[in-house]
Amino acid sequence: MQTLFGFPVARLEDDPLLRGVAKYVADLERPGTTHVVFVRSHIAHGRLAGIDVSEALEMPGVVGVFTGADLGLPGIGEFPPLPPGSRAEIFRPCLTTDRVRHVGEAVAAVVAETYAQAVDAAELVVADIEDEPAVVDPLAALEPDAPVLFPELGSNVVREAHLGGDADPLAGADVVVRGRFVNQRLAAVPLEPNGTLAYPDEDGRLVCWVSSQSPFQVLGAVCRALGRDRDRVRVVVPAVGGGFGAKGGVYPEQVIVAALADRLGRPVRHIETRSENLLAMSQGRGAVQDVELGARRDGTLVGMRARMVTEFGAYPWRGAIAFATSRLMANGVYRIPNMELTALGVVTNTPPVGPYRGAGRPEAAAMLERAMDLLAGELEMDPVELRRRNLLRPEDFPYVTPTGASYDSGDYLGALEELVKEAGYDGLRAEQAARRAAGDRVQLGIGVSTFVEVSGTGSEYGSVRIAPDGHVVCVTGASPHGQGHVTTFSQVLADALQVPLDRIEVVHSDTAVVPRGTGTFGSRSGQLGGSAALVAGQAVVERARQLAADALEAAEEDVVLAEGQFAVAGVPSRSLSWADVARHAETDAGRTVLGDDGLFAEEDFDQADGTYPFGAHLAVVEVDTETGRVELRRIVAVDDCGRILNPIIVAGQVHGGLLQGIAQALFEEVSFDELGNPRAPTLIEYGAPTAAEVPSYELGHTVTPTPRNPLGMKGVGEAGTVGATPAIQNAVLDALAPYGVTHVDLPLGPMKVWQALRDAGVPGAAP
Amino acid sequence: MIPAPFEYRRAGSVDEAVALLAEDPDERKLLAGGHSLLPLMKLRLATPTVLVDVGRLAELSYVREDGDHVAIGALTRHCDLEAAPVAREHAPLLSHVAGQVGDPQVRHRGTIGGSVAHGDPASDLPAAVLALGGSFVVQGPQGHRELAAEDFFQGFLETAMAPDEMLTEIRVPKSGGGWAFQKFNRRAQDWAIVGVAASVNGSSRVALVNMGPTPLRARAVEAALAAGASAEEAASRAAEGLEPPADVQASAEYRAHLARVLVRRALEEATARRG
Ligand SMILES: Cc1cc2nc3c(=O)[nH]c(=O)nc-3n(C[C@H](O)[C@H](O)[C@H](O)COP(=O)(O)OP(=O)(O)OC[C@H]3O[C@@H](n4cnc5c(N)ncnc54)[C@H](O)[C@@H]3O)c2cc1C
Repeated sequence: MQTLFGFPVARLEDDPLLRGVAKYVADLERPGTTHVVFVRSHIAHGRLAGIDVSEALEMPGVVGVFTGADLGLPGIGEFPPLPPGSRAEIFRPCLTTDRVRHVGEAVAAVVAETYAQAVDAAELVVADIEDEPAVVDPLAALEPDAPVLFPELGSNVVREAHLGGDADPLAGADVVVRGRFVNQRLAAVPLEPNGTLAYPDEDGRLVCWVSSQSPFQVLGAVCRALGRDRDRVRVVVPAVGGGFGAKGGVYPEQVIVAALADRLGRPVRHIETRSENLLAMSQGRGAVQDVELGARRDGTLVGMRARMVTEFGAYPWRGAIAFATSRLMANGVYRIPNMELTALGVVTNTPPVGPYRGAGRPEAAAMLERAMDLLAGELEMDPVELRRRNLLRPEDFPYVTPTGASYDSGDYLGALEELVKEAGYDGLRAEQAARRAAGDRVQLGIGVSTFVEVSGTGSEYGSVRIAPDGHVVCVTGASPHGQGHVTTFSQVLADALQVPLDRIEVVHSDTAVVPRGTGTFGSRSGQLGGSAALVAGQAVVERARQLAADALEAAEEDVVLAEGQFAVAGVPSRSLSWADVARHAETDAGRTVLGDDGLFAEEDFDQADGTYPFGAHLAVVEVDTETGRVELRRIVAVDDCGRILNPIIVAGQVHGGLLQGIAQALFEEVSFDELGNPRAPTLIEYGAPTAAEVPSYELGHTVTPTPRNPLGMKGVGEAGTVGATPAIQNAVLDALAPYGVTHVDLPLGPMKVWQALRDAGVPGAAP
Repeated sequence: MIPAPFEYRRAGSVDEAVALLAEDPDERKLLAGGHSLLPLMKLRLATPTVLVDVGRLAELSYVREDGDHVAIGALTRHCDLEAAPVAREHAPLLSHVAGQVGDPQVRHRGTIGGSVAHGDPASDLPAAVLALGGSFVVQGPQGHRELAAEDFFQGFLETAMAPDEMLTEIRVPKSGGGWAFQKFNRRAQDWAIVGVAASVNGSSRVALVNMGPTPLRARAVEAALAAGASAEEAASRAAEGLEPPADVQASAEYRAHLARVLVRRALEEATARRG
């Protein structure tokens, strides 16, 4: 039987998406729907002295105006949970009652019969906020005299981790390079912003349609907030227009909309506007890194000392995800004998931070890869050669890093050599030398990154049932929103059960149908959801063999599944199809064999240590030394995500990740003025790149299976964001190296590059 | 978001549009492509009580020869201007610039009249008309008048048009000389951080995008060129006397630098094209 593993099956779920008939939350119609508009603070920090809703209440169509005091909802706690025995948990309010801590924080919810009426009424709500000094910059937030967001903590530090101790990690180094790198904050910018539609159904159960990556987290939060049992709430996720990590977890808006529907007994809907989304959706990245890297003259690393300050925004909430992951991954792909690491998480008067595609991995990789290039420059060694000398080798695995990451498998040098070959590295260096010698106005830069990331930690639910007509129903706890789980899980089951793809149905994202689940994020679902489906599918095959043996009156060990038929080995004439077996399961005889569960099995596939995908990326840029403009000419990405189940899906994931990695390198930045007002309140200023700004991607692969799951697969959803950004930053600085420029912070927009050229006295850039 | 409440009227002719506008000129606005006005209304920065839609006035959508001029109807969309053979032949700078505005959606909605009447210093087409030494025909309750482009832009989003006047036609002399447009932006669809339109034809005109409160001429550059300076020398005076804006993309200082570099490149390109 032919296997579908590795076959480029075209995505099964695309038809409605491409024809524009898929339904997103904003497309769902419910008679009598009311509309919520949130009143949001224009002030970053202050005491909420009062809210005057009287004028708004008089407006036509207004159903109600609700403050935090009116709703009395519990706040949303911190994730991942605090280490046992540490400070008291801080909750993010579902409508603040006493203080505002960032521009955009919701202070009231206006509900009206139409959206326009809600907008008009919301303009008339007056929040009386007594302005207090705000702290916006994460380093300023660490100063002793900084305004403190949570006085009960005594400082703005909400998480802290230390590694290393008395010994100087740089002792014995011939060369030490130092740098301060800012990994700028980003907006997730999914095409579809957050949205919720909630209503009580005929049975009084509260139904919540949400645009989410993790329906069960929303379910848990709504049940807790409203004191409802789990079966009295149903959370359903329709088509989702992108999440990128920012739609994991729970938002105050989701809980509030559910509470309003519960209270009003009517459908209530909230759809973010784009500008609202840029303030209300969790933002990603946001770190300041001070790093020192020491090596011997021959390039061998001796040790690293680093302090990583991670921004959490105004509430701890989900900021610790990237905090913990960047710390975990700070060792990267190298053998670093000595390490001293301080990780600090700080709150500031800015919108809350959460995971965004990469979530800590890009921050760690950017720090290491810039430091490695600084070191190469200092040693006058080719950056590829420096990496060759320090990469962990295949025989080192499994490898536990000083930061506690348990790497499963890897061939880092293999990926790097593949990259060097595919990119034509030596030819590029020759072209660069020629253009340098000619003094070209536009200079060529070549940058490389080698990286490892973490994927697929935790567990996922999957079950397989054979319907009476023989078709396969797979229920998964994963919650796809573009990744193609229906296609990939079907491929896994088509192989395991020997059935055609069109006999498989994958059910997901509805808590009334799926018993439990974690959701889709962290490059987890192919390996965890896929493995759960596989293990459950294999168990169903075993059960089917028992049943077939009964029906065929043969010994179980003689029954085989071949070409999609159950037959007695050596007697192919006597065979049963899946439909035959499924029918037999429904008979009294069948029930005697299998019990009431019939042809059903479920699995919670757990992978506590995760898997560690890796790769090597190369960027070629051209830098206009007069204007500072950077053009990305090539991006070559060699990724190793273990075994490749579907090359189309993997390429799509890499493409999307690369674009967002390019965006961080060259285009995007969330920043605030000193009062905490966003400098990019709309997409015009934010400037996310489009297809017109990027070259065709050049992809390559090496394949190093993981031993940690039966599919041998690692994640690939985030790799592009991890490797591309430092490769491009290194390329730009490589172009600027002849002028003595050693650092420019992300994003490498033209003004910053020009300023560096001007400060270096480059003739065309000088006034 | 959504605009404040307003009334919508559609004008069937220029005369009707002018009459509707005249009823309450300060509170009413003409709606052409809507691509500058509607964003302001959605942010509630503009709150007209009545919108007079002129977007479908086919009588004002044309590009034609008129003696030694090219005449362009105010409601001509950017994409139609870009494609018009008359513009390509006799006003290639204008046709090229029309193709550099925003993205395809913007070019299929936005009109040259809206772009000029809005008077945004960041717009591309006004600079092109300035560089070509063009003029604007406006119609009000009292009839027509023609205003030279160089007198038209008076302050930030302020023009020499009265609130009860409507722009009907854009006129540029047929040009046989060299031309260039340098648009510096980060993404293909973006507004210019700085832009330069140049026409070199005996005398030279250079106009700048986003270098002050209005679309404007680089007078110091033009004077230097008239006095016989080289492109490089003239370009070094590109920001003289100007107060360019500062924003997230660019400081005033960076804009001044870009203006100098881009004016030099534009002059070199225009001269090369002139042959
Ligand atoms: C995403 C985006 C990107 C853009 N990028 C660019 C760019 O790169 N470069 C650029 O130059 N422009 C850009 N624009 C602006 C675009 O070109 C606008 O369409 C144009 O500036 C205004 O034309 P309009 O027909 O849409 O005018 P409208 O928005 O309809 O009107 C603008 C103003 O002019 C008035 N008006 C319109 N027509 C007349 C008339 N005939 N007589 C008197 N008053 C009139 C209106 O009352 C209003 O005050 C962009 C717009 C968007 C939305």
